[in-house]
Amino acid sequence: MTSSSLQDLWLTYQSTVAFIGLNGLLALSVYTTLSCGQLSLAQAAFMAIGAYVSAILTFHSGAPFAVNLAVATLLPALVSVPLGLPVLRLKGVFLAIATIGFGEVVRIFFVNLDYTNGALGLTAVPQRTSIWMIYAALGTALFVLWRIRGSRAGYALEAIREDEPAARTMGIDAARYKLAMLALGAAFAGLAGALEAHYTYMVSPSTYSFTRVVDMLVYAVVGGTSVFYGPVVGAAFLTALPEVLREISARVGLAPGPLRLFVNGAVLLAVILFLPEGISSLPRRIRDRLRARREAHAA
Amino acid sequence: MLLSLQGVRRTFGGLAAVDGASLAVGTGEVHGLIGPNGAGKTTLLNLVSGLIPPTSGAIVLDGERIDGLASHVIAARGITRTYQNIRLFSALTAADNVLVGAHLKRNAPLWRRMAFLPSAAAEERAARAAALALLARVGMSERAFERASNLSYGEQRRVEIARALASSPRVMLLDEPTAGMNPGEVTAIADLIRGVARAGHSVLLVEHNVKLVMAVCDRITVLDFGKVIADGTPAEVGRDPAVIAAYLGGEAAA
Repeated sequence: MTSSSLQDLWLTYQSTVAFIGLNGLLALSVYTTLSCGQLSLAQAAFMAIGAYVSAILTFHSGAPFAVNLAVATLLPALVSVPLGLPVLRLKGVFLAIATIGFGEVVRIFFVNLDYTNGALGLTAVPQRTSIWMIYAALGTALFVLWRIRGSRAGYALEAIREDEPAARTMGIDAARYKLAMLALGAAFAGLAGALEAHYTYMVSPSTYSFTRVVDMLVYAVVGGTSVFYGPVVGAAFLTALPEVLREISARVGLAPGPLRLFVNGAVLLAVILFLPEGISSLPRRIRDRLRARREAHAA
Repeated sequence: MLLSLQGVRRTFGGLAAVDGASLAVGTGEVHGLIGPNGAGKTTLLNLVSGLIPPTSGAIVLDGERIDGLASHVIAARGITRTYQNIRLFSALTAADNVLVGAHLKRNAPLWRRMAFLPSAAAEERAARAAALALLARVGMSERAFERASNLSYGEQRRVEIARALASSPRVMLLDEPTAGMNPGEVTAIADLIRGVARAGHSVLLVEHNVKLVMAVCDRITVLDFGKVIADGTPAEVGRDPAVIAAYLGGEAAA
């Protein structure tokens, strides 16, 4: 392969690579709150806050991009605290509904805010995001979640997920841990929002609708939530799949479009049916299957 | 007295599950709490551990009132417990369950682990070793790395006791620790409870196995319909006509 065709390949797929990273970060933000058993669907709102505040800072201040990103990471985490204090008393589906409500409030706030150009959103945001920044952010998030696992806090989170009242009688301050994880997830979402805004040149309120949260949740579920990197695997798979299918249908000579969507849906369904613990559980399942076969042979 | 309940009452709707109960547990004492089914024993443990607040009355630990505090605060003050319907974290191993129980004792700021400091690794090794030592104490060494859900009933109860001990509580509440155990296991639990008390932890023991209660307890409180009907040494309580009436029915006592 010549270097120019390699370059073509990169040019064709660099935005896919960027979105794999962004979606991975968003999937981790859902996973973070999920790791202590809380389903928060306010992640798109946190993402919106990160995107808007970073874009506004880019337009109106001379601050370096790193400072913008830091603000876009911290502000959603701060906002999540007053939201979490009342809302995290709710459980399961009630928490999900309350956080959807918050998400809609934030979205509609931006739709009606003249300062941010209402429903049209902010356009011509300078491109400041490089792909390495996206992957540095994703790597940082993975590192943090990896180190939490197996720590005193990590065990506390697992205990809360399994049986919150019992965890509390071990002296675990469940409310504080749940709030901390909501804030951490909000920080990841805000950072992803800021990076995305400065990659796609725009901030539009319709980007941060309920369907966006559903996408994040699907990444996490398809990738698997029993390990911390599962959501990233799911995001990579589901972000790359349409591109791969487009390439295949083009080679085979089929018209892209409806068929691609159909196959996309079929693959999703197959994963959920046959890999209920997500794609990230595949290596373990293959290992178990092989071992069972070896033992059957030995017997 | 280390732990005392003064006129503690808890109603559910119109029903008083615990109706003005008073009792006192001394340091290093094994205090039995017995009574017929539905007498309010488990409700009383739930009140002491803060799972539910009392409707009225006072619960005092070492001179400070703890009634109405959140359950994690009460745990931090030094009261941990086991559950009648075992509540282990079933996806975790036995050892990890005990590690969760050690939450209050551990001093492990997350940033140290993030920075890969040797002190963090040393703390983790020490906590893990302590958890394994506790499992050895309840006779669960060989099964330490088994998932809790794969353990037998008796094994799960022993892991729960180890988990409750992991924070070195001042008072441990045991809710029917020998339910579903065979006689050999019951003897082992009796020895364990006595050992725990000798080590300076007080024990409030709810138990249906009267023989065990008589054998291990220093004092016994008898509840019936939420009220304390007798309180004293095992010998005193065993002679008490009100206790015999509650257990065998009114006519037998008459």
